[in-house]
Amino acid sequence: MEALFAITVGMLTACSVFLILRGRSFPIVVGITMLSYAVNLFLFSTGRLVIEGAPIIGNTKPIADPLPQALVLTAIVIGFAMTAYAVILAVRARGEIGSDEVNDLDHSDAEGQR
Amino acid sequence: MWQQHLVIAPILIPLLAALLQLLPWGENPQRYRRLIGIVACILTISAAVTLLLQVHQYGMQVYAVGSWQAPFGIVLAVDRLATVMVLLSALLSLPILAYACYGEDNLGSHFHALFQFLLLGINGAFFTGDLFNLFVFFEVLLIASYALLMHGGGKLKLRACLHYVLLNLAGSALFLIALGVLYGTTGTLNMADMSGKIAALTGDEAALARAGGMLLLVVFGLKAALLPLYFWLPQAYTMTTGTVAAMFAIMTKVGVYSILRVFTLVFGETAGAASLLGYEWLWWLGLATLLIGAVGVLGSRDMRMVISYLVVISVGTMLTTLSIANERAVSAVMYYLIHSTFVTAALFLVVDVMAMQRGKTASRIVSGRKLAQHSVVAIMFFAAAITIIGMPPLSGFVGKLHILEAARVGDQANWLWPVVLGSTLVIMVALARAGSKMFWHTLEGKAGETRSANGQLVAVTVLLSAAVLLTVFAQPVSAFTDAIANDLYQPQRYIYQVLGGSTL
Repeated sequence: MEALFAITVGMLTACSVFLILRGRSFPIVVGITMLSYAVNLFLFSTGRLVIEGAPIIGNTKPIADPLPQALVLTAIVIGFAMTAYAVILAVRARGEIGSDEVNDLDHSDAEGQR
Repeated sequence: MWQQHLVIAPILIPLLAALLQLLPWGENPQRYRRLIGIVACILTISAAVTLLLQVHQYGMQVYAVGSWQAPFGIVLAVDRLATVMVLLSALLSLPILAYACYGEDNLGSHFHALFQFLLLGINGAFFTGDLFNLFVFFEVLLIASYALLMHGGGKLKLRACLHYVLLNLAGSALFLIALGVLYGTTGTLNMADMSGKIAALTGDEAALARAGGMLLLVVFGLKAALLPLYFWLPQAYTMTTGTVAAMFAIMTKVGVYSILRVFTLVFGETAGAASLLGYEWLWWLGLATLLIGAVGVLGSRDMRMVISYLVVISVGTMLTTLSIANERAVSAVMYYLIHSTFVTAALFLVVDVMAMQRGKTASRIVSGRKLAQHSVVAIMFFAAAITIIGMPPLSGFVGKLHILEAARVGDQANWLWPVVLGSTLVIMVALARAGSKMFWHTLEGKAGETRSANGQLVAVTVLLSAAVLLTVFAQPVSAFTDAIANDLYQPQRYIYQVLGGSTL
């Protein structure tokens, strides 16, 4: 189980890094979403992987750590809001600048304007 | 009775103010929102001052939120360092908000609420004693800063903001990975508790914890704008409006504060296999940041860009000095941090005044028309320039003197002295060139007619007077920063206070 879990997290991270390194905003946003999935899975595993354990001391023999579950919940909420903002920003950038290239090649001409 | 809850006031006041400002306030809402904002800033300042006096007199205070004791609940750990940082952000926010009330807050919606949310995040990040809570407050201040960066709108801001948002999203993911690794090895997120647990690690576990610590350094380096991670800063600070850039003067300091806190408490000298983690990296990268910043200052054609690179230089100076890792160095860093926050903010506002009065040439370093209030603005500019360069008599000189003093012996002096003094020379050349071009080589003909409101000039003067006060009261201030440094190098006192002696 650990190996499968590790491979899943690793694959997600590798794909997301590949996507984030692209030069267009859409793949980057998709990559960041995938990275946050990978991070959430990883955070979940920091309490060790336990099957059929209740997060309460004394009821079951293997005890699931409740704290990472709470952390993941927080991280999901924050990550969702941030991704939504990034998507809106990317859409507006696409609309106003007319391209979704992250780096504009001739922005040096515009220096000094706000 | 209420005094024990004073600790959380600098977090609650901005929160309540922001919520009030979001209410619909009828026909002319901006008037009420301004009033609420200013009142909230004054209240935060008075709470921070009271806290500072209490902490200085009676020692550190720990506030267990919801009465859940550490290490199980989240605590606010308020020592001298945290209070001084909160006071700094509060003192910075009032003149900047006053400046913004002269029209700049009308450029976009909800400026005031976002400003208070930003303060909430900053103050929370300074006060919290829990690493995951630090992450949450980082996100609060980041999401407010994303929106503030876009204040006023426009294509160039949009692109700079997109870079900033995407980089920080990746940074947040790294932060979570680091937290996961540290939690997985130590089983705690409370900084004081983690400090003890890290010291007991050996073998593979210790190696994992070191990896987690280095990841944290990368994240904080991104916030602080350390060399390979600073590329977002010049664009973002140059493109945004003056007030937002001025308020962002404290943002890189949040990164520096986090490094200072985590890498003395958790990965300090007592951390066993993970002790003094990353200090070597900080030293070399800090020096390189200083050099790159100096190159940037010389190469910029826009005054805002020059100041952005000055921020990079100040970060390099602070992190390099910090990595010397002794009390004198930390004390010097704290003095320099206070000084550079005020002066950078003042410079951003001065340049904003200049850009407004110059009209079409804005803040580009070219000859333009004479300003309507030429001499006043020129005096402000040169006072700020002298301070940031580090020439006597103002606080920059005292700050740099402390830093050079801290590295007086050994190999460190051979590297730090030439780089710091060389960058000082470069800043002097660049600012002298910019100042003479913009104030002395003005075009013939009549002066511009746009005048700045007196209140705006007063706000800038208040920020600049901090430089004067820091010079006049250099002795008490550095005595206080010595006490901060002493606290940081006695982490067992912090740990004892937070854990309430339960593990001893």
